[in-house]
Parts: sequence; C-alpha cells; structure tokens
Amino acid sequence: MSGQPATPSQTVGPFFRLGLDRPEWNDLTRDGPRGEKIVIEGRVLDGDGAPIDDAVLEIWQADAEGRYDHPDDGRPADPRFHGFGRALTDEAGRYRFVTIRPGRVAGRGGALEAPHVNLTIFARGLLKQLVTRIYFADEPSNDSDPVLSGIAEPAVRRTLLAGRQDGGAAYRFDVVLQGKGETAFFDL
Amino acid sequence: MSHEPYARPPPGGQPPYLHREYGSTVKRAPSRALLPLQQTLSEVTGPRFRAEPELIDLTRQGKGEALGQRIVVAGRLIDQGGRPARRTLVELWQCNAAGRYLHGKDQHDAPLDPNFTGVGRAITNDEGEYRFLTILPGAYPWRNTYNAWRPAHIHFSVFGPAYATRLVTQMYFPGDPLLALDPIYNSVPDEAARRRLISAYDPGLSQAEYALGYRFDVVLRGRESTPFEGPR
Repeated sequence: MSGQPATPSQTVGPFFRLGLDRPEWNDLTRDGPRGEKIVIEGRVLDGDGAPIDDAVLEIWQADAEGRYDHPDDGRPADPRFHGFGRALTDEAGRYRFVTIRPGRVAGRGGALEAPHVNLTIFARGLLKQLVTRIYFADEPSNDSDPVLSGIAEPAVRRTLLAGRQDGGAAYRFDVVLQGKGETAFFDL
Repeated sequence: MSHEPYARPPPGGQPPYLHREYGSTVKRAPSRALLPLQQTLSEVTGPRFRAEPELIDLTRQGKGEALGQRIVVAGRLIDQGGRPARRTLVELWQCNAAGRYLHGKDQHDAPLDPNFTGVGRAITNDEGEYRFLTILPGAYPWRNTYNAWRPAHIHFSVFGPAYATRLVTQMYFPGDPLLALDPIYNSVPDEAARRRLISAYDPGLSQAEYALGYRFDVVLRGRESTPFEGPR
C-alpha cells in the first residue's frame, strides 16, 4: 500500500502502569458470558531466565462460538463477553487472565483454525510489541490448525501450547522472550 | 466481512527488537527470526471501546492546578491512506514538568506535583480526532549510559480498527537537542518514519493567554489494498 509512512512503535518504558493499569480488564468474564470459564496464567522471562516484572500483556480472542466482536467478523458475538484483556506482570513476572475457552475461528480460505488466544507483549526493552498465540494442549483440532502446522520444529510449536495444571481450570503459558525455550513470536 | 490484511511496514519503518545502544533490549529481544503469519480474522478484528470514561484535562486532576507550561496536545488518528480511526481509545502517560513520574519505581530526585498524575484517556471522534490539555513534560536522566537524559516525551497507546493496528509509541517535541542523542528515538532506522514521532508546534491549537498547542497525528497501518469505492 502506498501512502504516508506509519508512525513507528516505541517502548512502553518502565512507567506504563500509570497509563495502562486497568485491573478489571484481566477478567474477560466479568459480565457473565457463555462458555467454559478458564484461567490462563504464567510468567514472563528474559534471556537469563529472570522474571520480567514490568510487562504488559494483552489478549484478544473470539467468544465460545468462535466469533469476534467486530464488524469484520460480521456475526453477532456474545454481548456479555469482553474479547479484549490486559494484565500486568507482578514482581515475580507472573500474569493471570480469567476468560472463556474460545471456539474455533474462521481462517483463510474457509478453513477453521483451532481455538486460540492472541497475545501481545509490551515491556521496557521491547521497542515494538511481540505477538504470539496461545493454543490449548488438550485440543484435538490443533493437528489441523494452519498456523501450528506451519511451524516445522516440534519444540518451537510446543511453546505455543498452554497445558492444564493439575487437571484444574487453569492453563499455564509462560512467555520466554529469549534463549532456551524461547516462545515462537509472529511477524504480524 | 473482510479478511484484507494490513500492510507490513517497509524496511526501516519500525525499530528492531535488538538495539544495543538501548541496553534493556539485549536480554529481551528474541534471538530467532519472527515466524511469518498470514493474517486471519484473529488479526484483522480488534477491540472496540464504546463507553470508556475520558480524562482529557490533565491540568486539573487534583485540588489545584498542575505546575508547568500548559500545552494542548491534539491530532488525528488516521491510516496510511488518510482514513480516520473513528471511536478508538487513546491512552497517554507522562512525567511532570520537573521530569518525575508518579510511579514507585521512579526515584529521580525531582519534585512530585501533588496536582499532576500524568494520566490521560480519550476516545477519537468520527474524524479520528483527539485533544488533551496537559503540561509540558520535563526531561529526565536514565541509566542507559552515563549522564544520559531522555528527551521530553509523552507515551501514547492507541488501538485503531484491528489487533494488527495496535500501537504504543512516544511523542516528542520539535527542536529538542536531546533527540539526537536518544537511543530509543534513534532506534527507528528510517528518517521519515522517525520524524513522525515529533509533534509540530501549531499556533492554531494554541489558546491565547493560556496554552501552547502541539499537533501529533498518528498514522496507523492501512490495509494492503483498498477496494475501489464509488461508481466505476
């Protein structure tokens, strides 16, 4: 596309809590949506494996029927579901979202994608956000998901899978920015 | 229903993840190349904020008025084709006139202003316009290198129409001598893109006897191609 250059990204820096802290936004179920309520939690780690205590995580996802609340989806989404969430990491690098398990969503060419949660990470030292996807390790349709299938290395693919902890409702998803176990990030 | 993807930035139009002059990137930049992703509904849809309470006057959030030079910061959110980003959320945060943030981690030895929080929030109108009244932020030291100072800046967080248009950036001020020395500003390789980060003094936005006006337009990624509209 031609036209003028886009405004570049700059880091959120260390003091974003002032402008971006919206504690209620980490619970996407606060208005009582349909679907299976789940928790997604984990830690954000740097290249030394040290916790990152100044990260902002944002998620964007479809409702239980796989519908995004947006005109480009075009189907009416669950009005009680907030598809967007934000959580800040604590001093141990931990974050936590309460949400619902999304349905399968329409991919390119009419193919269905496996249920997933889109995840964006901002932090001091990130000049531009990082983007990844959270898939669910216990989801049978993962095998036919075009994005997961497009990742050749199984070890890299596995970084996108959130696993149930202790058979409970909580899924664990750690974000490793660099090095051993580095999360697969996408060029969006 | 549209799956039309959003355009990728040209080379140099965005900062890299690893920029050694900015020390915090060294342990936080991914070591592997980003994986290609064909945009789907997941990326071309995005959150909308219909009923957010606005906070557009940062000079009167306390019992008295905030100290410092009053400024109007206003502009438009548009895409690369000039179309307005309507009814979308703009969040901002900044330090006070002395260069100090109201934040526990900011230990800079400069005074806090009890009447200034440095937090703003607005929803753009149908023309993509927003407007804040605030005070000119100060420069402040940071420990990236010895005796390094950040140029005066205001942090902006904007959404636009899609997950793919999400942008967090910083607005700078024209003529600031610290810009040439700042590794965060200079992390953007392309000069034309970098200059987008500098606001313009705009006499038309200034309020007589009251506040100076700075214009800061934010240009979001546009779609790769736009369908021709109207009669053929």
